[in-house]
Amino acid sequence: MVQITLPKNSQIKQGKVWPKPEGATNLREYRVYRWSPDDTENPRVDTYYVDMDDCGPMVLDALIWIKNKIDPTLTFRRSCREGICGSCAMNIDGANTLACTKGMDEIKGAVKVYPLPHMPVVKDLVPDLSVPYAQLSSIEPWLHTETPEPATEWRQSREDRAKLDGLYECILCFCCQTACPSYWWNGERYLGPAVLLQAYRWLIDSRDEATGERLDKLEDPFRLYRCHTIMNCTQTCPKGLNPAKAIAEIKKMMVERRV
Amino acid sequence: MSKITATQSRPLSPHLQIYRFTPTMAMSVAHRITGAALYFGPLLFALWLLAAATSAEWFDFVSGLFGSFLGRLVLFGYSWALLHHMLGGIRHLIWDTGRGLERDTSTRLAKATLIGSITLTVIVWVVGYALRGGF
Repeated sequence: MVQITLPKNSQIKQGKVWPKPEGATNLREYRVYRWSPDDTENPRVDTYYVDMDDCGPMVLDALIWIKNKIDPTLTFRRSCREGICGSCAMNIDGANTLACTKGMDEIKGAVKVYPLPHMPVVKDLVPDLSVPYAQLSSIEPWLHTETPEPATEWRQSREDRAKLDGLYECILCFCCQTACPSYWWNGERYLGPAVLLQAYRWLIDSRDEATGERLDKLEDPFRLYRCHTIMNCTQTCPKGLNPAKAIAEIKKMMVERRV
Repeated sequence: MSKITATQSRPLSPHLQIYRFTPTMAMSVAHRITGAALYFGPLLFALWLLAAATSAEWFDFVSGLFGSFLGRLVLFGYSWALLHHMLGGIRHLIWDTGRGLERDTSTRLAKATLIGSITLTVIVWVVGYALRGGF
């Protein structure tokens, strides 16, 4: 359901302004969403000042710098720091992206950092992604076959393999999923752009033999058709992929199999 | 499969409050709002026809109402909503064929919808006034 305002326990309060690092001349202001399960306080936005002469160029560098130098309680996920693991997905400067590949020079003014939108917060910038993961598993993202397994690998022509380009690169960071207003309002029933892109990745795979069953499962007013082409998914994908196009292709497959 | 844990006490992260509007997102909202406005436009037209069918006095009254500055403003807004929603519909039709969904193209299409609808509305009114021979 559309609920524009935040529930009472989620409304954001004024946070703490942390002291500026001593002797630093090149400062960058950071406003970071904070919430801890260890007390009963509402979420708040804390202000930090990062010494740019002592810090790398990416938003993730600054978050690590804050954690190391100012506030060790700041909590966020990160791993590869090169845009391939998808752990550090968060809302930076009003759009979802990966903190490790977002350069601070791309942002004007104070850098505002929030967790991925419209998700339950575990702590600070860490969202609970159980629902999207369960939705991903519901589309059975693996090869389904009837024919006996070949002695070597499942063969595929170069042309058929090329159909997976732009789909297999998805790192499941859920930036697109949590950027979608349809997913905000109907996240329990609408599968969302990331999961539908994965669904299309298996629908279009020439080796997969369950195309009909897969389409049957998607043919639903909510699971697929809550996509209203708002395009936030494609606009925000940090890997430059196009979930909106994948969803449009699924909708076309639905029509084509009826005529 | 991962078990969905109880999240009763967990806050919901902010969404509309913090998300930066893009042209496509804004035009999606505009398409909805103009679509809703179109439910009320035909009521005005029906009122006008009803007045015409009732009596000359009623027709003059409703015509005067629509001809007033406020009435014309409402009609101007209605004609824009109609044209904007029509162009938005064409944009969605193109998207439904799987075309024009690239990041830059979709943004351009969204902007074109707004520029196009405003331009067309102004043209319709200028032509309308020209045919009437004045204000």
